[in-house]
Amino acid sequence: MHLHALDTYLPGESPVHRLDPRVKLVLTVLFILTAALMPDRAWLAYVLLEGLVLGAVLLSRVGLGVVQKRSALAMPFLLAALTVVFARPEDVGQGQALPLPGTPWAISEAGLWRFLSIAARSYLSVQAAVLLAATTPFPDLLWGMRALKVPRILVAVGGFLYRYLFVLADEARRMMQAREARSAVPQGHRGGGTVLWRARVTGAMAGTLFLRAYERSERIWNAMVARGYDGEVRVLSTPTLRPSDWGTGIVGGLLLVLLLVLVRTV
Amino acid sequence: MLRSEVLPSPTPMHIPDGFLSMGVLIVCWVLSIIAIGLALTRTRKSLGERQVPVMGVLAAFIFAAQMLNFTIAGGTSGHFLGAALAAILLGPWAAMLTMTTVVALQALLFQDGGLLALGANILNMAVIGPVVAYGFYRGVRTLLGNRKGSTLVAGFVAAWVSIVVAAVACAMELGFSGTSPIGIALPAMAGIHALIGIGEGLITVGALALVTATRPDLVEAERAPAPAGMRWVWGGLAIAIVLALFSPLASPYPDGLERVAENLGFIERAQEPFYEIIPDYVFPGISNEALATIAAGIVGTLIVYGIAVGLAALLRRRERAAA
Repeated sequence: MHLHALDTYLPGESPVHRLDPRVKLVLTVLFILTAALMPDRAWLAYVLLEGLVLGAVLLSRVGLGVVQKRSALAMPFLLAALTVVFARPEDVGQGQALPLPGTPWAISEAGLWRFLSIAARSYLSVQAAVLLAATTPFPDLLWGMRALKVPRILVAVGGFLYRYLFVLADEARRMMQAREARSAVPQGHRGGGTVLWRARVTGAMAGTLFLRAYERSERIWNAMVARGYDGEVRVLSTPTLRPSDWGTGIVGGLLLVLLLVLVRTV
Repeated sequence: MLRSEVLPSPTPMHIPDGFLSMGVLIVCWVLSIIAIGLALTRTRKSLGERQVPVMGVLAAFIFAAQMLNFTIAGGTSGHFLGAALAAILLGPWAAMLTMTTVVALQALLFQDGGLLALGANILNMAVIGPVVAYGFYRGVRTLLGNRKGSTLVAGFVAAWVSIVVAAVACAMELGFSGTSPIGIALPAMAGIHALIGIGEGLITVGALALVTATRPDLVEAERAPAPAGMRWVWGGLAIAIVLALFSPLASPYPDGLERVAENLGFIERAQEPFYEIIPDYVFPGISNEALATIAAGIVGTLIVYGIAVGLAALLRRRERAAA
């Protein structure tokens, strides 16, 4: 199996797929920014934002389940925030902290709300990012970033990374397969050598992969020069923003700003 | 699961959106943009038009190399991050750009790390990581001179220190944001990554050994003349010390860091102190406690550097005895 299947883009025909990549990029970042600027415990606002993102997901027809599954994968980091839940021992018994029976720990009410707020805002943001990646082919995304003035070289390097990621990932996978094939363990024996030895083997694999990549990049560079490359990456067509793109961008942006202003002032 | 095959997510270091406060986000973005801007002009000079294909394919290499793993024990496996190897083989500037595109693509394509938090993730993994790695690599190599094995020792130290320092930076960003009390986040992150860093160091050494054997020109080439090289040494050390200096300020309870010194390396013990973060949070005045913590941080940094120097001296003596 080739790793092309791992492309996170889900082809489809929908208003979300058709939306200009620049507008999608800006709206996604704006959405995440809105979520980030929401105060803690603004539950109604969180629900409204979730409604917005779910609406976009339904419109895109990529499937609610897919988006939720991909979003959940980004959640293990929440462990890092879980620690705010606990109260200092000296706060126990002062009304704000709830001791956990049988342990010396206590949960603080303020900490619990803070944790839930962080989790909610984080989940909102991840869903928007998942939707962006699922409905926009990566080359379009790169083009949009270029149009939004991300430095040319970074975008071009990103393009090469994307082009060769799958080639080199296949290469890495073949190397691991080769290692598996040579690592038979006779029954009743301990296989695999010491941790040090295994690490050295993996290191040598990384080194081999590096050399192959480096030499490949030299060949690519030669091929590019042979075809007239002068440091400028050119594209054939630059799509123009249609009225519907403008409309979606403006309405979406206004909605988010309005929501933010309302929550922040009320 | 398909995604996990390309993205083992080897370390809990990619911060998602929603975890960092606006102030921290802005500071991280500004620092990252300055560093990327510098790196862009530097690589344009050194690589010229070649920079796009070379850095692009090598960024794909870093991505693919992160798939490589090895069993440590009982189902856990060591992975490879690659910031140190990139810095050693490509030089710090090119490594910064390469890692920046890797981190950005991980966020855009696979949601490994947030889009707004990208500034912080770039700062930790694509700026601090390579700079510290290169600084320590050059430093240890200078101390060891051109003897056999000096590249490998330096490579190990560089890889280990860069991982731990990047993790400390990540913990501090979470601490400053009021997301995770620094008294817990810092020892936990530093402790976990002190272990992950060993795997990283071993793989980096293996890779360096192979590249030295087959393409010595890529490793031995001195990419910067000696004075410029020393600047990186001081730069790397400076970042490590600055992080140590500022870390107690990230905590509303400065004594958290004193515990770090006791608990470092004992992850389970790090769960002991429980602090509730104050929502609107103030910087503690510089009290004696804070000073003590800062001192502890610097001492910690110097101990790491001291171990590197000691290792170097030991090797040198052994070689002299053998000669």
